Amino acid sequence: MRVSLFITCLSDCFFPRVGQAVVHLLRRHGCDVDFPLEQVCCGQPAYNSGYHEEARTAAKQLIRAFKNAQYVVSPSGSCAAMIRHYYPTLFAADDEWRDKAQQFADKVYEFSQFMVNILKVSSVDACYEGRATYHHSCHMMRGLGIYQEPLQLLQTIKGLEVAELPYEQDCCGFGGTFAVKMKEISEQMVDEKVEHIRSTQADILVGSDMACLMNIEGRLKRLGYPVKVFHVAELLYEGVQRYESVQSPAV
Amino acid sequence: MSLSNPLPFKERVEQALNDPFLRQSLKNAQARFREGKQKAGQALGNLEEWRTRAEAIRRHTIEHLDYYLDLFATNVEKNGGTVFFAETEQEAVEYLIRLAKAKQAQTVIKSKSMVSEETHVNHRLEEIGVEAIESDLGEYIIQLAKEMPSHIIAPAIHKNRKQIAQLFSAVAGEELPEDTSALTRFARHQLRDKFLNANIGISGCNFAVAETGSIVLVSNEGNARLTTTLPKTHVVMMGMERIVPTWEDLDAVLSLLPRSATGQKITSYVTALTGPRRENDQDGPEEMHVIIVDNGRSNALGTDYQSILHCIRCGACLNVCPVYRHIGGHAYGSVYPGPIGAVLTPVLKGFDQWEELPYASSLCGACTEACPVKIPLHDMLIDLRRDEVGQKRSPWIERLAFRLFGAAMKYPALYRLGLKMAKYLLRPQAGEEGFLNKGPGPLKAWTQARDFPAPAPESFREWWERQGRHGGEPHGR
Repeated sequence: MRVSLFITCLSDCFFPRVGQAVVHLLRRHGCDVDFPLEQVCCGQPAYNSGYHEEARTAAKQLIRAFKNAQYVVSPSGSCAAMIRHYYPTLFAADDEWRDKAQQFADKVYEFSQFMVNILKVSSVDACYEGRATYHHSCHMMRGLGIYQEPLQLLQTIKGLEVAELPYEQDCCGFGGTFAVKMKEISEQMVDEKVEHIRSTQADILVGSDMACLMNIEGRLKRLGYPVKVFHVAELLYEGVQRYESVQSPAV
Repeated sequence: MSLSNPLPFKERVEQALNDPFLRQSLKNAQARFREGKQKAGQALGNLEEWRTRAEAIRRHTIEHLDYYLDLFATNVEKNGGTVFFAETEQEAVEYLIRLAKAKQAQTVIKSKSMVSEETHVNHRLEEIGVEAIESDLGEYIIQLAKEMPSHIIAPAIHKNRKQIAQLFSAVAGEELPEDTSALTRFARHQLRDKFLNANIGISGCNFAVAETGSIVLVSNEGNARLTTTLPKTHVVMMGMERIVPTWEDLDAVLSLLPRSATGQKITSYVTALTGPRRENDQDGPEEMHVIIVDNGRSNALGTDYQSILHCIRCGACLNVCPVYRHIGGHAYGSVYPGPIGAVLTPVLKGFDQWEELPYASSLCGACTEACPVKIPLHDMLIDLRRDEVGQKRSPWIERLAFRLFGAAMKYPALYRLGLKMAKYLLRPQAGEEGFLNKGPGPLKAWTQARDFPAPAPESFREWWERQGRHGGEPHGR
């Protein structure tokens, strides 16, 4: 299966290890992976801030970059939701781009959604000792309706205990420019999230959106709480490597 | 927040964030309402079907609002009532004042009405020497405190027992105990006289049934029944969108209203009124006046915001909103708080004074998910931001930043250069663990509360070009 990666600007620049984990995991499950170099940001920051013309510019570039793709996979529920939901709306009045936007939207999958629902991965050989909790990002949960898939993947990691996060459906307070424009409110929201995470006594926080994780991790660091933060793909791949080193220890 | 002292948005937020009692009580109330709603939804079993049906009813009604308003008005008049269409707040209040003068009214008793809050009725009646008394317990409390409601269905949610005891003690002229039943008893005594002696009763209207010209009120305290039956004149103040076509349609929306609001299957009282007292009737008002208020609502018709008129005022969006939980109703500054207020207020009143409201959301979508009539609230907040940008209301520095963003999106080479520049600018400022605790420019606001990660030494695309495309190597953390 041929898969084109949409790595997102945040993962590209700040968290390349997430994209790398996705590459390795997809390859292990038989995918022929490709990364179109002409890709840019999905335009969500502009769209959500009301700059729809700029969002359209980004969308057009992304549609062009992925025009030959069969499947597009992204390690971000939020960016995948942006493309699936808002690209068709953005071009609703544009005869030339409307269909292209819809066709592109139909090909885009969030990483865990693709692994579980398209590749039908039911088990990953991975192990990772620890107590984790999972943060459901708003746009992935509400925008894409993806809830179980990342948890299913996490459950295949041997030795990993997953504790339920209280008020898991509540926003972490990121919200793009919201974190900056309404910084006082955002701070209260992320503080509350941090408290809920701490109440689970987990030492690992997992999510499917680097933006939310960047927000929560930034607050955890500031407050000095030693919780490790992983994208689900990253933890899976880390677990795979650990599993392999146990199976065939280096001599 | 006092009505006479409207602070700027930022200060209202600050005030709320510095009020630990307010935040704790909002948190408790949200937990209670959310749990109640969830249980009620589970008991209903097929909540999604109810939502779909209710949305269809609301959509149909608002799409044919002129027809149903006409049908409703005709039927009210057939039943012996009087209908007045008020385009503005001013017209609504002036009609009421004319009526109060004609009836030589001294006291007006009110049951909860958001439209009367919207039109500042109490204040205007006071100006002509008419005493207006709120009979809903929560409304009575905030009236004594000279405040606005801070929740759509629980107006005094921000007040504790101690504060309420103080307010009531001032009326009583003696110190009352901080005891719920004693305080309720006091309010009941106070209000009983007012009910009996009021010349006019003003009520809101939860729904108006077009096919019979009836108005329907839901309440848990029974005050709506007294307000609408004891005084000789009953005035209904309703938003023009409160219509449902038939009793069958009412069944659908009425089933959702209390379930979505408090998790109740039904409220203690559901009152339906069809016209004033008829011959041989034992009780009821001699006159019934229905004031149908536009006050900006028609701004929404035919626009992206039309479905905001589907709202049935259940407050479900407030009960799930994390922003509302932290800042409370008064921070929104308007009669309608929370996500519904953040959309409705700019639609009703325009952006002047309200331009921050569409930004008071992280766009998490919890409101849209909670809405029993499926109003896409968070999408509307984005549309409002779009309109603000279109009117050049956003800060110039932000417009410039997004113009640069647009240019970088158009030319991937520029985008790549931007990513590289971010790396060279930010990496030297990062600490040992690769985080910045003091960021330049827009990152300054971010790093007030959180650390910010430095860009990776090698971006994903650099890794891809170097080795990723050829197989790559496993990486460590």
